[in-house]
Amino acid sequence: MVILRQELKQGRMTLLLWTAIIAFMLGVCILIYPEMERQMNEISSMFADMGSFSAAFGMDKINFGEFGGYFCTECGNVLGLGGAFFAALLGISALAKEEKDQTAEFLLTHPLKRTTVVAQKLASVLLQILVLNVAVVGVSVLSALLIGETMEFQTFGLLFLAYFILQVETAAICFGISAFINKSGLGIGLGIAALFYFLNIVANLTEEAAVLKYITPYGYADGADIIANGSLEIKYLIIGLILTVTGITAAFVRYRNKDIA
Amino acid sequence: MNIMQTTALTKYYGTSRGIVNINLAVPEGDFFGFIGPNGAGKSTTIRTLLGLISPTSGSAEIFGKDIKIQRSEILADIGYMPSEATFYRNMKVREIIRYSAALRDQDCGDEAGKLCERLELDTEKRIGALSLGNRKKVSIVCALQHKPKLCIFDEPTSGLDPLMQREFYAILEERNAEGTTIFLSSHVLSEVQRYCKHAAVIRQGEILVSDSISNLGQAHAKRVSLRGVDTPPALDGIKDVKVCGDTVNFLYSGQPQVLLHALAALPLADVNIAEPDLEEIFLHYYQKD
Repeated sequence: MVILRQELKQGRMTLLLWTAIIAFMLGVCILIYPEMERQMNEISSMFADMGSFSAAFGMDKINFGEFGGYFCTECGNVLGLGGAFFAALLGISALAKEEKDQTAEFLLTHPLKRTTVVAQKLASVLLQILVLNVAVVGVSVLSALLIGETMEFQTFGLLFLAYFILQVETAAICFGISAFINKSGLGIGLGIAALFYFLNIVANLTEEAAVLKYITPYGYADGADIIANGSLEIKYLIIGLILTVTGITAAFVRYRNKDIA
Repeated sequence: MNIMQTTALTKYYGTSRGIVNINLAVPEGDFFGFIGPNGAGKSTTIRTLLGLISPTSGSAEIFGKDIKIQRSEILADIGYMPSEATFYRNMKVREIIRYSAALRDQDCGDEAGKLCERLELDTEKRIGALSLGNRKKVSIVCALQHKPKLCIFDEPTSGLDPLMQREFYAILEERNAEGTTIFLSSHVLSEVQRYCKHAAVIRQGEILVSDSISNLGQAHAKRVSLRGVDTPPALDGIKDVKVCGDTVNFLYSGQPQVLLHALAALPLADVNIAEPDLEEIFLHYYQKD
């Protein structure tokens, strides 16, 4: 638990900053809904009729005039993309930063099993993602209450759950990569998160590219789909879970026998 | 009993040589010096022993335990000081020292306090604000506060001022007297000669010689200084000739009678034959082939 505590302490400012920014943006997004709602009724049909542009962002499937539809397209992206970036940063730096900052020699010459180090670092990554999401959900629910909208557990619960799983998957994949590198992987991490996001946009654009939804976690965390169907796509989710487990397993296997630079 | 023993320990980084067939035996309670120029493989040997890197072949045991299998058990009784003392920059000195103790699941507050006082270390400063010398002191405290059975130091004195070096060695000698085994690498030969009981010389990844300091110091070579001539006598076993005016200075490793016989025929104003210091022995090995 010593490493876990140390990791949380070292990461608390970053966590606070990301949580505050994402929660603030989501809150603002929700609070301006009543203003938007009046205009939305008029432009909703226009948004839905912009052809492939509407499809790319899932705007053809949902009703903007409803809070759920508004939230998942306008606000969802804040948490969907912001959360994924945060998760990628946490994951990619978790193990690699010790070598990059040359502190690995200090840490790993203490009587610790390498697997203990990996396990506690993983726990800290997951815990920080959980904290961010709980705070963001809290702020969202409060903001919705302020404007007199309710978030039905059935759809909004699923939406937040999907984003949480998406972040865990992104973090796990980056965590696995982190065990293989010994310098800053920030570019790789952010690249992966952005790639996933754009793969989903491409998949929404054309039928031929729809298969990409299997690869990207945005396949199961597509707000428009979730609101429209009231469920998560299990087939996409399963691939996501496989990738998550693969990333974590790779980290443990690789780090056990890694030559520390 | 040997507290540390390596058998044909070899490490290649891809195809580039790290260390080759290292055989070392360090007896319990020893004060062992590991000497070699930069890039000879001192740190590679130490990092392999500590399990930071895995050997390509060969094996090593510390406390009779295999370094590959019982890594964390071995590390529990080791105090290690790396040559680069790097820590988490935004942490305070006392936080680092306490974190190190916590990672060992120990409370070493008393011992840490004593060490910090002796080393004149300000524990309220942040790591990022410390000089190399002060970071080295943090490293020393982390390596010694849990009273390990074996101390491994990689170039410990670089960056420490002479007074601190003396205090550092005073601490090590006390610990050694209490039974702690000390293993340190260095290219400062005078300190190895002064404090160590045994030493090994490593060069280009291979051990050249491993012996007691007194045997190494003799190594049947003598430093000969002659005044009154401008060339050394034509004998086998003469090395490192320095001529300065009417004085000739060289290292001689042949039979003493042969030397004395040759000297008797020379018009000498003065002669001096002395034990060479370890530095010369080192250069002697270092300059081979």
